Amino acid sequence: MAEKKKRISRRKFLVRGGLGTVGVLAVGTYLFRSPIRRAMADAINTADAPYVGNTSTPVIWFEVTSDNEIIIHSPKVEMGQGTFTGLAQMAADELDVSMDQIKVVHANSISGNMDGFATGGSTSISSLWIPLRELAATMREMIKKEAAAKMGISPSDASTENGVVSAGGKTMTYAEAAKDITEWDVPDTPTLKNVSDYKFVGKAVPRVDLKDKVFGAPIFGMDATMPDMLYGAVVRPNAIGATYTGADISKAQGMPGVVKIVQEKDFVGVVANSLVEAENAKNVIDAKWEVGRNWQTADIEAMIAVGQGEPFVIQKEGDAADMLDTEDGIITAEYKSPIGAHAQLEPNGALAYVEADKATIMISTQVVKITRDEIAKRLDLDDDQVNIVPTFLGGGFGRRLHTPNAVQAAVLSKAVGKPVKCFFTRKEEFQNDTFRPPTHHVLKAKLNINGMIEALEHNVSSGDVAFGSPMVPGIAAPLLGADLGAWRGGMIQYGGIPNYRAVSWRQKLPFATSWWRSLGLLANTFAIESFIDELAVTAEKDPVEFRLAQIQDDDRGFRLKEVIKVAAEKSGYKDEVVNGRAMGFAASTDANTPCAQVVELSIENNEIKVHKVTCAMDPGLVVNPDQVRAQCEGAIIMGMSAALFEKMDVEDGQLTPTIYGPYQMALMKHAPKEINVVLLQNSDTPGAVGEPPLGPIGAAIANAVFRLTKERLRSMPLTLT
Amino acid sequence: MKINFNINGTATSIDIADANTPLLWVVRDLLGLKGTKFGCGKAACGACTLHVDREAVRSCSYAIKFAEGKEVTTIEGLGDEKNPHPVQQAWIEEIVPQCGYCQPGFMMATAALLDKIPNPSDTDIDKNIINVCRCATYYRMRKAIHRAAEISQINTEENG
Repeated sequence: MAEKKKRISRRKFLVRGGLGTVGVLAVGTYLFRSPIRRAMADAINTADAPYVGNTSTPVIWFEVTSDNEIIIHSPKVEMGQGTFTGLAQMAADELDVSMDQIKVVHANSISGNMDGFATGGSTSISSLWIPLRELAATMREMIKKEAAAKMGISPSDASTENGVVSAGGKTMTYAEAAKDITEWDVPDTPTLKNVSDYKFVGKAVPRVDLKDKVFGAPIFGMDATMPDMLYGAVVRPNAIGATYTGADISKAQGMPGVVKIVQEKDFVGVVANSLVEAENAKNVIDAKWEVGRNWQTADIEAMIAVGQGEPFVIQKEGDAADMLDTEDGIITAEYKSPIGAHAQLEPNGALAYVEADKATIMISTQVVKITRDEIAKRLDLDDDQVNIVPTFLGGGFGRRLHTPNAVQAAVLSKAVGKPVKCFFTRKEEFQNDTFRPPTHHVLKAKLNINGMIEALEHNVSSGDVAFGSPMVPGIAAPLLGADLGAWRGGMIQYGGIPNYRAVSWRQKLPFATSWWRSLGLLANTFAIESFIDELAVTAEKDPVEFRLAQIQDDDRGFRLKEVIKVAAEKSGYKDEVVNGRAMGFAASTDANTPCAQVVELSIENNEIKVHKVTCAMDPGLVVNPDQVRAQCEGAIIMGMSAALFEKMDVEDGQLTPTIYGPYQMALMKHAPKEINVVLLQNSDTPGAVGEPPLGPIGAAIANAVFRLTKERLRSMPLTLT
Repeated sequence: MKINFNINGTATSIDIADANTPLLWVVRDLLGLKGTKFGCGKAACGACTLHVDREAVRSCSYAIKFAEGKEVTTIEGLGDEKNPHPVQQAWIEEIVPQCGYCQPGFMMATAALLDKIPNPSDTDIDKNIINVCRCATYYRMRKAIHRAAEISQINTEENG
């Protein structure tokens, strides 16, 4: 992607010193071209989002401590995806410090280093690839210059390594160099090093948060504490479309440990001395709800159907619509996916402390700025009076792109004048999730005389994904037309087909649907790649060769072909059943990252048993191969879980089930014993990692099952008859 | 009501009005040990797994009154950076955690499994390690469990 060189603004690079125990605090900002225009355009064209942080005032990026440690203030949150580790590697290489001299923390919202976009969309490393390294290199040069001045030598004679500036036999640590400096001379942005000269980028360094996570450190939102903290519980709706109208709180008053019952226009909550006491009191509040229709699963399924709602053509090449507008020689199939829950292990919630003119919120969130804005609005505070302190997330997966629940904790805290921690129960999590919407897909194709695809069309009907989110303001929806989240993965990736078209049908459901890791990719790829397999079978062609023959000859096509070839080769893909096991093939392209997977499975006791998955993915330059592998392994099993087991139902107006177990998910016994991840790097910049490997798995399983049983499973969760 | 038990090898006494309070909240909120996690409150996910008298217990559904006179071990007492438990050592070697939230529960369940079956087969693992991990780190966890068994074996041999 050609882009204008971004530069650090010299006059914005300020430095403050002497805050708390910190020896030095470096503050810089980074200027970008129009973030809004770029964000929207890129989201549409490439699903690639830039860092859209503060562009006008200085923000904290790095601290140098008196112990000669560098602390990065990350505008992106760590939810397991390994971003902190990647950022540490990128910064360490330009700062010339070792990995054990660098630490990453979440940037608080008042530090200013807050990404107005979010942490999501597999964009954290790619969006900070240039800015973070340029900032690190600038800081290295600034420190080098100050050290040289203090040592009385020329900066051009000085070199830097392991946090030490050396010249002519003299040495000085970064901390010593930075000590007592209040006026810094900011150089022009230095030229970045060659990637091949990096010591850490490209290497499988261990996660920087590994030990905290192995020894049980209190790093998550639910672990946060403050002195004199109380516990809150809020009565949450259990029915679809329920509107709070009031409550009889008489039974809850005087319950053990109750400090206050807080009645607001839109909710009622309890503050108590312990979590159990808060929950007990909450459970005897008789809240009144205005409930709409008595929704059932069948009602939802009837709404999600191609042909209903608003259609938007999202891709068009040639004349597929006309060519397929006949029944003669047309192959067609329908696919479905169910409502999916996030089911992340740490429930949503926050610890809030609201004082006279400020609010502090400790929370696991993917949307720091939106949460800050929501709190400021509700409490009538200025933005800079609200400090969001992000914690490590006990799973994100898109669930924490909506954390308006922080407002409730803040309101409860304000009511009692003390810190209040308020979390969802598991049942409330399942009932109030922002679900992965169900989908319905209709695919049509026409083959030519040689058995190749002459025309192909994908129609997808889905509940909202992006349009259900505060990240996409209401005014943007009509401009964008189709829901960019719903159609993620819904476009045809085989550009060699002469005529193709993809159409997204929007349907607004009566319950919240939104971002779920990989958005529409999982369901769309399941449908498209199952259908491609059906076409290969009809054409009596090898499914790998069939795919390769219909990919265009450009950069994108080259990268897709490579992952397909490598996955086929490394798995030893065979279109036949061997010893009761069959293989299934599928490939997808998500946010410019192509990924191909081969599943090897058998059927035991009428259950699908996945033995091995081979995954070839090309995310471009790989910052940490171990963590990219970890993302692939996890995404493969999470995708298997969704493809084989997961499903929410609607019964008598309620979403169900509301507990793990009945909401069936993949467990240890379902995980493949062998996962072989092969990483290709046919791009010199890092691309998307966390979501793309969720694409192919559903179709790869269904395609393998077909080879074994001749039964074509077209509905997730995949169930054998 | 007063309840006396050992937590990570240290005698402790708590005074609690509701003796049915789950052990999980006593450990987390009264004793301040946050490594044991809340996941579901119904013993369905295993995030709250700790040891009571060396048995794996889902502490969200274990009333504090039953802990009287017993030895409770949490992830904080399993091992530390200087002296990691073989399970923690293996978890570090295999770089298992992603978000990390469910991992203490898995490590506690694994430590209890190795206590009973020092060298578990894949089938033993499938039957006994039934916690939920949403990041789906199961592939590395299985490797780490086998590795932990090896480390324990080596430690035993070295110690005679």
